[in-house]
Amino acid sequence: MSEAVIKHIADPHPVTGVTNSKLGIWCFIASEVMLFGGLFSTYILLRTGAGADWPIGSDLLNVPLATLNTMILITSSITMVMAWASLTINKFGAYKKYMTLTVLLGVAFLIVKSFEYGMKFEHHIYPSKNNFYAIYFVMTGLHVLHVIGGLVVNLYLLLPGSKLWHKAPEQFMGRIEAAGLYWHFVDLVWIFLFPTLYLL
Amino acid sequence: MAHSQADYQKHVRTYIGVFLALAVLTAVTVGVSYIDLSTGPAIILAVFIASIKASLVMAFFMHLLNEKQVITSLLLLTAFFFGVLMILPVLTSG
Repeated sequence: MSEAVIKHIADPHPVTGVTNSKLGIWCFIASEVMLFGGLFSTYILLRTGAGADWPIGSDLLNVPLATLNTMILITSSITMVMAWASLTINKFGAYKKYMTLTVLLGVAFLIVKSFEYGMKFEHHIYPSKNNFYAIYFVMTGLHVLHVIGGLVVNLYLLLPGSKLWHKAPEQFMGRIEAAGLYWHFVDLVWIFLFPTLYLL
Repeated sequence: MAHSQADYQKHVRTYIGVFLALAVLTAVTVGVSYIDLSTGPAIILAVFIASIKASLVMAFFMHLLNEKQVITSLLLLTAFFFGVLMILPVLTSG
């Protein structure tokens, strides 16, 4: 059986002008926008339906912890883009350093989130309590799943997946760019979740 | 996509600038939430600041400023349908 070759993963496709992997990750991100869009739409529907009965997020949720998590994710976005930028000047050691920081910041986000969820569960607050907590847990829970997914990919690209740099550097840079685009998208979602759920 | 050292330094300065802007805007987001505004203006202000932050991330960290047309066209289509999703509940609520 001949080995299947995926074309244009390191060089741009002549029709689109971008690599197939880049087009692929953007199509995936577009589908993710619609996934979270459906949930934001649900939030608007619930909130407009409840009128004045809808609680203010800052009265119920931990704003300092969420602000800390916002800063953690923003910082992880710059370390991620620095990991990619380091490869553009062939500094593999710097890539490893920045990618390690990105992974650690992702873990820090999950630790802070676990404290936040833990405090809610201690007070027997679950998604079934009311519509506010239902949409809060669904949206932040789905976001957490995305952070975990990104962490798994980043950890792979930091450890076993990084061997590709020595064999096919252009292809490896494409993978880091794709992983970075996904990670920045996860940051983007949080940028909107934070004021929507925690402050308004 | 190899860069020269000078290009790299220029990019790093941009990334640090964007990071600082995001940090300041996060502080502004939290700060304005303490201003006593009614729900409507508070939502508009918060979403406006979040949109500026999102634009910075997309333009500079995701490199959309220099992206090929196939990607920007795909995202414009996505943005249109995302907009429809946001407007639908407002239009349909009694």
